[in-house]
Amino acid sequence: MAASPAYGEEKGGSSSLGEPEYGHDPASGGIFASDYKRHDDLKEMLDSNKDSLKLEAMKRIVAMIARGKNASDLFPAVVKNVACKNIEVKKLVYVYLVRYAEEQQDLALLSISTFQRGLKDPNQLIRASALRVLSSIRVPIIVPIMMLAIKEAASDMSPYVRKTAAHAIPKLYSLDSDQKDQLIEVIEKLLADKTTLVAGSVVMAFEEVCPERIDLIHKNYRKLCNLLIDVEEWGQVVIINMLTRYARTQFLSPNQNESLLEESAEKAFYGSEEEDTKDAKAEAASLAKRKPYVMDPDHRLLLRNTKPLLQSRNAAVVMAVAQLYFHLAPKAEVGVIAKALVRLLRSHSEVQYVVLQNVATMSIKRRGMFEPYLKSFYIRSTDPTQIKILKLEVLTNLANETNISTILREFQTYIRSMDKDFVAATIQAIGRCATNIGKVRDTCLNGLVQLLSNRDELVVAESVVVIKKLLQMQPAQHSEIIKHMAKLTDNIQVPMARASILWLIGEYCEHVPKIAPDVLRKMAKSFTNEEDIVKLQVINLAAKLYLTNSKQSKLLTQYVLNLAKYDQNYDIRDRARFIRQLIVPTEKSGALNKYAKKLFLAQKPAPILESSFKDRDHFQLGSLSHLLNAKAVGYQELPDWPDEAPDPSVRNVEVPEWTKCTSREKRKDKVEKPFYSDSEGESGPTESADSEPESDSEESGSSSSSGTSSSSSEEEDEEEEEGGSEEQSEDKEGEEEEEEKRKKKKEKGGPRKASPRSVGSEEEEEAEGKKVKKAAGPQGKKGHAESSSEEASASESSSSGSDSGTEAPTVVEAKRRKIPSSKAGPKEISLLDLDDFTPPPPQPVPSSSIISTSLVTDLEGLTLTDTSLAPALLSPAFGAVRTYELLHRMAGEGLSVEYCFSRRPFPGDPHMVAVQIQISNNTDAEVKSLRVSEPKLLAGMRIQEFPEIESLAPGDTASVVMGIDFCDSTQAANFQLCTHTRHFYVSIQPPVGELMAPVFMSENEFRKEQEHLARRGEGKLTGMSEITEKLTLPEKCRSDHAIVQQVTSAANVGRVPCGADNEYRFAAKTVTSGSLVLITLEWREGAAAQLTVNSEKMVIGTMLVKDIIQALAQ
Amino acid sequence: MCFQQKMIHSLFLINCSGDIFLEKHWKSVVSQSVCDYFFEAQEKAIDVENVPPVISTPHHYLISIYRDKIFFVSVIQTEVPPLFVIEFLHRVADTFQDYFGECSETAIKDNVVIVYELLEEMLDNGFPLATESNILKELIKPPTILRSVVNSITGSSNVGDTLPTGQLSNIPWRRAGVKYTNNEAYFDVIEEIDAIIDKSGSTVFAEIQGVIDSCIKLSGMPDLSLSFMNPRLLDDVSFHPCIRFKRWESERVLSFIPPDGNFRLISYRVSSQNLVAIPVYVKHLISFKENSSSGRFDVTIGPKQNMGKTVEGVVMTVHMPKAVLNMNLTATQGSYTFDPVTKVLAWDVGKITPQKLPNLKGIVNLQSGAPKPEENPSLNIQFKIQQLAISGLKVNRLDMYGEKYKPFKGVKYITKAGKFQVRT
Repeated sequence: MAASPAYGEEKGGSSSLGEPEYGHDPASGGIFASDYKRHDDLKEMLDSNKDSLKLEAMKRIVAMIARGKNASDLFPAVVKNVACKNIEVKKLVYVYLVRYAEEQQDLALLSISTFQRGLKDPNQLIRASALRVLSSIRVPIIVPIMMLAIKEAASDMSPYVRKTAAHAIPKLYSLDSDQKDQLIEVIEKLLADKTTLVAGSVVMAFEEVCPERIDLIHKNYRKLCNLLIDVEEWGQVVIINMLTRYARTQFLSPNQNESLLEESAEKAFYGSEEEDTKDAKAEAASLAKRKPYVMDPDHRLLLRNTKPLLQSRNAAVVMAVAQLYFHLAPKAEVGVIAKALVRLLRSHSEVQYVVLQNVATMSIKRRGMFEPYLKSFYIRSTDPTQIKILKLEVLTNLANETNISTILREFQTYIRSMDKDFVAATIQAIGRCATNIGKVRDTCLNGLVQLLSNRDELVVAESVVVIKKLLQMQPAQHSEIIKHMAKLTDNIQVPMARASILWLIGEYCEHVPKIAPDVLRKMAKSFTNEEDIVKLQVINLAAKLYLTNSKQSKLLTQYVLNLAKYDQNYDIRDRARFIRQLIVPTEKSGALNKYAKKLFLAQKPAPILESSFKDRDHFQLGSLSHLLNAKAVGYQELPDWPDEAPDPSVRNVEVPEWTKCTSREKRKDKVEKPFYSDSEGESGPTESADSEPESDSEESGSSSSSGTSSSSSEEEDEEEEEGGSEEQSEDKEGEEEEEEKRKKKKEKGGPRKASPRSVGSEEEEEAEGKKVKKAAGPQGKKGHAESSSEEASASESSSSGSDSGTEAPTVVEAKRRKIPSSKAGPKEISLLDLDDFTPPPPQPVPSSSIISTSLVTDLEGLTLTDTSLAPALLSPAFGAVRTYELLHRMAGEGLSVEYCFSRRPFPGDPHMVAVQIQISNNTDAEVKSLRVSEPKLLAGMRIQEFPEIESLAPGDTASVVMGIDFCDSTQAANFQLCTHTRHFYVSIQPPVGELMAPVFMSENEFRKEQEHLARRGEGKLTGMSEITEKLTLPEKCRSDHAIVQQVTSAANVGRVPCGADNEYRFAAKTVTSGSLVLITLEWREGAAAQLTVNSEKMVIGTMLVKDIIQALAQ
Repeated sequence: MCFQQKMIHSLFLINCSGDIFLEKHWKSVVSQSVCDYFFEAQEKAIDVENVPPVISTPHHYLISIYRDKIFFVSVIQTEVPPLFVIEFLHRVADTFQDYFGECSETAIKDNVVIVYELLEEMLDNGFPLATESNILKELIKPPTILRSVVNSITGSSNVGDTLPTGQLSNIPWRRAGVKYTNNEAYFDVIEEIDAIIDKSGSTVFAEIQGVIDSCIKLSGMPDLSLSFMNPRLLDDVSFHPCIRFKRWESERVLSFIPPDGNFRLISYRVSSQNLVAIPVYVKHLISFKENSSSGRFDVTIGPKQNMGKTVEGVVMTVHMPKAVLNMNLTATQGSYTFDPVTKVLAWDVGKITPQKLPNLKGIVNLQSGAPKPEENPSLNIQFKIQQLAISGLKVNRLDMYGEKYKPFKGVKYITKAGKFQVRT
């Protein structure tokens, strides 16, 4: 390993072992000539220029690796091909590298630069795979490079790359645990990621690197709960397991109250020794508090959101949910998991094995849960033995007074099985049933005695052992059985059984006074041939007989003890010596002698036959440790419930300043008020992801009221709250309705008003402001919406004391809008509008400063360019609005819905795209309570629903606006459109051009930005890219007007003035993140033209190019 | 470093004769010798089915599955949910099956490079990465005879060089840009009857386990909803991830954007509370005489209430007691075989016609001197009934949204015997 990289490369793999004389011989270390030859030709192939040869060679090498053969001497030849263009060769080289890099660290370093380059590739797949391989090469020297790469990838725009970054974290950690602190930072960052793709992987990284940092979860808890159903299966398992632990530290035991009422009663009836200590604790706690238990809404959220996953096809997910319910749910609710677990019994036998182990543990604690499924545990002769034995365990655990007869009948069939291990286990099981259920004890005992005449010795032996245990409970009544067993000593050879019989006879020798000495006589004869355990019992028997019946057995005892004295086994010699001293009185023997009888013939407690699965539940169910019943490496203890719940407010999420919109602000404020006092009418999915407890519970409340009856039953604690919120949302909706109408009127006036806007007045601006405000109003505090004038509402809100913070941003916004207007004169009205939907600091930090400076330059440049600007910006936006169909009248049963992108800033939230929805009722009945519900969105996307339309008369048409934050992606937003009778699944998919809003800039500014972005594109991997495409302009599209018209209809962009005649420039910013999109169309002679799009968002850039070209080609 | 935390560390594939024919490590190499613990356990278990799936060794844990005569043995170093690993290993085996048509040693050896590439994609650092067949197939093309010929000529590869769009869409199970000239959607409703029939012919336990397997070849992004006439029959259902759970909860409609190709849409159970109609009955008389080395064997199978459908594909298998040496039987229908080594009697009956009931009758020869077998063997019955879902489940309709074309739709029903056992 000491050789320098260059040296090693020249001389081949073996040179690194310090054998330069064989340096050129690749197989010098190997003995096999054939190996050497083959490797030689592989090397040649790898060095050739032909990809096909290289590929062939790599395939053979991989096949060698797969068979576990050593191919390490090919390292230098292979590593050269790491930069190969052919993707498959590359892939196989990666496979090779990952396998051997650790052994040849110096050579492996040669490949690093290739991966570093790969990390900057525009293709996310290549970035990801470069990171994967880089992080898989276990070479400590590259730790800093890995760290850097992970950090960058963690903020990559592609969720796939971010997922890979999450995967790389534990790899780096295992290589160098000193990086922990830095890695935790990355984990913290990725935990905040809203993509389902990342969630599972980052939680995995969390579990491996810093499972103790439970505090990192607080802020993400609700988000994780809400995303859970959409996370991929493997991630679900990891998240659920982690959340189980989390919940155990953060919430109170849901069973503490029940334990007072129910459990005490249960105890009285069944005498179950359940959770004694816990009970006591809980009792004490609840007595002290005398406060009814109210489940933390977050606790409920977890239970509710995991429940559907019981229906997963993946057994691991089902098991994860089952253990979560077992450890966290109130007793009454745990039952739901039984059905799903029983379903898994149909799966592969390995799955059965694991599930049955867990069911066995559960069935001890919660027998009732599986009782209805008793028959599903019946055993087939074709089951593997290990499954049979586990099923038997479960059946035994489930046995109670009512079903015991069925179970025993079933056991009878099992006893005749050919599988003797299974028969033995069945006999044990019968014994356990007999001890646990007094009613059937005699029946069982009789049955077992019958088995004593079984042909199979193992069966008999097992029966003897079990009978012995049973007899200990009530020996007096069963001297017949003891006699019968005494006879068996002649036949039974199984040592354990012989020992058991001898013990029985000794113990109860007064019940069989005649037989006992005779048995001893026989045993003394055969003593030397017995097994050790039998010998020990013979000594015991002799001692006991000596004490009770010394007349008959004195000599025999002496004889046995003498034999034992010279036994080979020292245990037996010791025992003999010890017993002789104890029972045979001599002058030397001490005081103990007097108590010999007491010592030997003391009352012995009957053994308790119990399951080996008892108390296994202190291990988290479903874990490896539980299965092995031993703590596995890296097992995280499941903590006990806390006595006092930690502060639940840690899970509240502050919305970062820049994403706050007015309505959200208000919601936030409500959270601070006492829980349950209030809740909102609408809650989008992301709101819930951002996790105000009300909105979460509310969401489910509405969903349960809209259909499911099953889930509502267990949501009693929310029922109340739900009722309240419904009422409230209704009257809010009333107001909203009105507002909405007013707003619509304005909107209709929009297009006409648009052109004279440049001359806009203070008054209009004020109206605009009011509109924004009012739209925001009803979503938040009720009461404010009624304000008739802006001034009034502003003052009212600011004076409203306690919740003034909620209105503050609105006021601030209004003010902010005013200040520039007074400074820059009439021109900026449109500009200010733009400002409204340009979010202040977008994610890539550098651009924020640029934007603000650009504003100033824009203001300067305005006077020069306004004439050309106004029409370009405004007319196409409203002239060529395309409408899309949301719901066809056939599919909608008479209800038809269309939508268009109004291209106006959405009043509630600048990050949302406003979607105007036109609903026509073509039926002949009134359609009531039209609303949006159950949006199913990609993570990060949000919807601001339109206010519910209370009724729509036949033939009428309503138009509403809703806001959707598409997260700068063209993924469809799916949701349901509900009427009072029906639900329609609809989805809105935005054309890429609608994901942006125009930006104003001057020519210089545009150039500067373009240059700046291009520069960044080179230097940085997250940077900007430029997409250039040539196109031919069709005949009708060769005028300035037509081009501008087409481009602006394809995308919501603003025109940027341009000096050159044949060049057209447009600029926009994406709505969500505010990244710049710059479009340049260069019209060369004739029909030829070239389109360039610069955008930080590559995907958007590419799609935009496509769309614009299409628009121009039309 | 000492930290070696990851889920699945290494994977060994072992055939029945104990050869390790493939190994893959996701981190540092673990020596093959770790498998010795496995072989030890295997020896102890005697039967392949009884090898414990989880074995604890001094430094590692071995979690294994047995599929198609291959042991998949994974090496684990730290706490991990065992089902997680087991489920994953089965997913690997399913993927091999899907790719090569069979999951056999030869298929794996013949396609070792693809196998390696698959394993590389499916697991990253021991944590599952891409397990959806639709995505994998975009990354790594399955081998076909035609392609392998073309590849060998052109030197092109099996690896896709385009982006797997699936990773980025919100429907990770469906690949994008699907195009078919014939758009078809087929659903097979397959129900299996699990039953234990006791000596006297009464049913000890019976329930119906059903699945709906789909073969969907539809262009674009079709959004399907499948509804049943009697969805309440389904007692317990597990879903493919594509199914919208809420829709099922509220309306009992299966609404989903399907993966492309073959997949299992749902599995369900019809509760044992409902009476399960058992379509066949078995009359049997098996006895071994005390103190003589022979016994009698007489079994008749007949159809019960079969709703006018014929019971076909009837096969009976019996594991005879160890003491049985040979069997001299005559079958009125079909043919029987008895393997004196494994002691398995198999009777291939075929179709049952109510007019003439199939019967198998004759003498059982026992080892002389051996004690009379305690127990009569259980009879395992297989059968099939076409065009019938024994639970009565009926698909009502299939609607497609999101695409304009009219697909061809088909539903097929089959009832089979699952774990159907008659105790004698």
